[in-house]
Formats: sequence, structure tokens, C-alpha cells
Amino acid sequence: MLIHGTAHKYGDHIDTDVIIPARYLTLTEPDELAAHCLEDLDEEFLRKVQPGDVIVAGKNFGCGSSREHAPIAIKAAGVGAVIAASFARIFYRNALNIGLPLVESAEASAAIDDSDEVEIDLEAGVVRNVTKAEEYCFAPLTGVAAQLLAAGGLREIVRQKMAVD
Amino acid sequence: MTISEKILASAAGRDQVKPGEFITCPLNLVLANDITGPIALEEFSKMGAEKVFDPGKIVLVADHATPNKDIKAATNTKLLRDFAHQQGIEQFYEGPGGGIEHIILPEKGLVRPGQVVIGADSHTCTYGALGAFATGVGSTDAAAAMALGECWFRVPESLKFVFTGKPNKWVSGKDLILYTIGQIGVDGARYMAMEFAGPLIENLPMAERFTICNMAIEAGAKSGIIAPDRTTLEWVSQEWVSQRTDKNAKVFSSDANAEYARVYEFNADDIEPQVAFPHLPENTRGISEVGDIVIDQAVIGACTNGWLEDLRVAAEILRGRQVAEGVRCIVIPGSHQIHLQATKEGLVETFLEAGCLVSTPTCGPCLGMHMGVLAAGERAIATTNRNFVGRMGHPDSEIYLASPAIAAASAIMGKICSPEEL
Ligand code: SF4
Repeated sequence: MLIHGTAHKYGDHIDTDVIIPARYLTLTEPDELAAHCLEDLDEEFLRKVQPGDVIVAGKNFGCGSSREHAPIAIKAAGVGAVIAASFARIFYRNALNIGLPLVESAEASAAIDDSDEVEIDLEAGVVRNVTKAEEYCFAPLTGVAAQLLAAGGLREIVRQKMAVD
Repeated sequence: MTISEKILASAAGRDQVKPGEFITCPLNLVLANDITGPIALEEFSKMGAEKVFDPGKIVLVADHATPNKDIKAATNTKLLRDFAHQQGIEQFYEGPGGGIEHIILPEKGLVRPGQVVIGADSHTCTYGALGAFATGVGSTDAAAAMALGECWFRVPESLKFVFTGKPNKWVSGKDLILYTIGQIGVDGARYMAMEFAGPLIENLPMAERFTICNMAIEAGAKSGIIAPDRTTLEWVSQEWVSQRTDKNAKVFSSDANAEYARVYEFNADDIEPQVAFPHLPENTRGISEVGDIVIDQAVIGACTNGWLEDLRVAAEILRGRQVAEGVRCIVIPGSHQIHLQATKEGLVETFLEAGCLVSTPTCGPCLGMHMGVLAAGERAIATTNRNFVGRMGHPDSEIYLASPAIAAASAIMGKICSPEEL
């Protein structure tokens, strides 16, 4: 799968409270959540983001609350993937479960600047920085994570399991 | 093997598991709340599921926005209530008899030592204090678990924290965990199990053990755990805890030669009461290094510190004193049962006489939902577990995390201080 877009760069420990603040947690529709994505971190984000764009962050992205509203909001805002030096565990599971691709790469996280044009090849494990003419390799997903990504999320896997049982 | 590895191996029907391995385990309990539940239920039906795997092993708790703060919150709670009714799930809690999920699940005896529990809430790791393997997930994982009764896990590496020494009177479990997070950072235990041990932990009552395991997630951990001992077993066999469910407890403990990614030894002689400064739980300082921090609000409650023992400590400090003018001190018992007991013991009267506000059980202000949301520029001291940007309201507000003792003393002085300064 190829993802191509502009990078929006943020720091370390971006928590799920700033990704989608609690005052919007009574909402459940993806579009309603997307309308407030990252609003406490970057008021300009929603104006700037285009379909396929990539969030690039430092370490421990998605820490804090288990709210799946966070990856749902990011995905529904049109973001094609999140690149980070590392991800918080629950966010990682949630994102794969709903089919939001994640790339864990300290190298890409450090090298990509805000507004760089990037292209991600998930299967090959390569991030291309078109603006800087650089490439960063990452380990493609394996095991359960790869299955989840291939199936587009957990829903299909559960459907198949229930059909077998 | 470590205690966490033993619990997972036993659940997966294996002799042994190793960190890094992927396993699938049957679950003893699946939890969702009024925030994560509605999305989980929608996903449950989109998965094509009709019946939950076992209505007796599912718990739904409306606690974040209850008593329902607005029409949307009321609609979400109703979704959970109707689903519970339709599926025959008896363990649905909202009003009387309910409270904050991570307090009422242990209180009602719904978690037992040795069990594997997942919850669509990050602080599900609280139940590790009972010697269970408990971890937070999101709504889709919870939906899959409600349908299938199982979940996949990557067996975590373990970190061991050994506490020794004899701390000052005002150092509680909250201070030990804040200190620990200050030492290792908010991602210092990412993906790992944090095991707490040592003579100091063995002497702690359950309430403080719950507080410690509750905040394992604040270091990025998958779970926190304390091996069951006499205190644990006495606690789970109390009458009001054990009346409901399955009496079986499987008591595991780590082998002497268990392997840890790292072992930390902390001597509490040197640990002061801790305060975590905005905007991360790792920004901790000893109370003597806090300086002059004037506050607008103090919150005593949440799944970290809404236990009866916490209210007793706060009441001891507030008794016969007055909350400073201009400070809103909000006290929130963690459950209906605790609220009732606090009333019988005269704690509620003490709080009201001191000028506190006492609310029915709710998460409310802990996540900036309702019942104490902060305006721009306002500052709160709170016994909650997170002080992220905007967590309690406006992104330009500030939260300082501390124990009930520090929060109560600060409410009286109108600035962050130790009870010793009163
Ligand atoms: S009290 Fe706070 S941390 Fe605990 S479950 Fe409620 S919102 Fe989450």
C-alpha cells in the first residue's frame, strides 16, 4: 500500500487527550470527531490537512487514554498514516484495529520536517522523503499486526472467526 | 517465570510463555464504559455478532459523564443500559450501587487473583493490585472480546520495582508511583508489565496498592501487578467484596530466578510526598521543591484516589479547618458504597463543614468532562492520574497531581503545600 502526502510534524508524548479532547467524547460519528482532531495541539491542523497526509511525531505517540476516538478522528480527518519514533501500546492496537497504518521509525521521525512531501510503501518498509530526496527503512509489520493491516482492521478477522465457529 | 508470565501461560493452557511471544487467552472479564462502550457496541454489531460470549463476564459501567451531563451522554448511557438488558448482562452500573469502574469492579469482587481481564479503559491495569493480569484496550478490541471471549496478547517483558525503607507519614502509594514515573518517564515501561514488590509494598493496604497499579499506564506499561499476599486474600474474602462472584482465586508469584528487563530498587527513606507538574505525570518534584503555586481548585477522588482510605486521610486534615477563600475543593467518593460509608463515618459532614463540595461518584473533572472543568489560566491540584494539556478543561489550564493529603492541605492553604505546613 502506498501513502503519499504532506508531513505535519509534532513532538514527543502526543497524548490522546490533545488528539481528541474529552469535551467531544460523547460524539461517536467519525466525521464529528474528525472536526475536532488535534484542536488543542494545533488549531491550524484541520485547515491544512489533505487526504493522504502524514502525521510525523516523536516518541510515545498516542499515550494516555484508551479512547479509540483518537485514531478514528485522525483517520476520518484524512490522514493516511502516522509516523513516530515510538507508539503508546493501546493507541497502536486501536489504530491497527480500525485500519489506520502506523510506521515506527526513529530515523524517519527525526529526519522529516514539517511540510515535507513523503511517500510510504508499507509492504516494502520504506519512507521516501520526496522534498529531501532521502529514504528511511523500517521493519514492515509481521504477525498479528500484519494480518490486521491486510484485513483493514479487526472487524473482518472477527467475522471470519465467527463464520468458522 | 514472572507472575505475569505465569498468569498468561496458565490462561493460554501452556506450561510456559516468553516475552515477545503472541498468545491468545480466554478472558475472565471484559469491561467497557460510557465513553468506549457506545463505539464498542456499534462495532460489535458491525462484526455481525449477535450474542455476547457470556453475559456474566461482561461489565458495563457508566461513570465518565454520570449523572448524565447532557443529552448525548444520556443517550450513550441508555445504549449501554439497553444492550445490557437485551443481552442479559446483569453487571451494568450507572446510579446507585455504581461508581467509578476501577473502584467498583474490585469492590464488587468481579476481579479475582490470577484472572485475565481486559477493559476498554486505560486504567484497567488497576486490577493488577489483586494479582490479576489486567490491561487496557480500545473499543474494537472490547467488541471482539465480547463476541469471542478471547483476546490476543504479546507477552510483555517485566520490570521489577522493589521498595524498601520507612517513609514519612504523608508518603502514600500515590507518592511511590509518582516518584517511580518521575524516575523512569512516561514511556519508561512502554509495553511492559510493572511488578511492584518489597517490604514497603507488602505493608501497604489494598487502597494504596490499587493506586500504584492504576498509574502503571502513566509510565506506558501494559499492566501493573503485585503478587497476592495475606492482605490481598483477606481483602477479596471480605463479605461485601465476595458476595457476588466466583470465589476461585489462583495465586501466582514470580519465581526467584524470573527474568526481568530491569530491576529498580527504591529506598523510600529518601522519598518525599510528590507533586507532578504540568503537563506530564513524569514532571515530579518533592513537596519541598514545589515553591509557591497558588490554586483555584482541588479535586480529591478519581479511580486513583477515590477510595474510603483516601477520604479518611483528607478528612483528617480538613477536620476543624476551612478551605481557603476562592478555592473550590471538590471531593468525589469513588463509589456509592464508599459514599455511604463516608457519610456514616462523618467524613462527608467534615468535608461540608470545611467548605468542600461533595459530589456523587463520577469521573467528571478527572477528564474535564463535567463537575469541575477548568477555565483558561486556572490551576488545580488533583488526586487524579493525568495532567496532560487540557485534561481538566481549557488547554491553558494547569493540573498538578498529588496525594489526597497534599490536595487537602493545599485546599486549606490555597497553594500547594504539605500537611506539615498547616
Ligand atoms: S477517574 Fe479519570 S482516569 Fe479514572 S476511569 Fe475515570 S476518567 Fe479515567
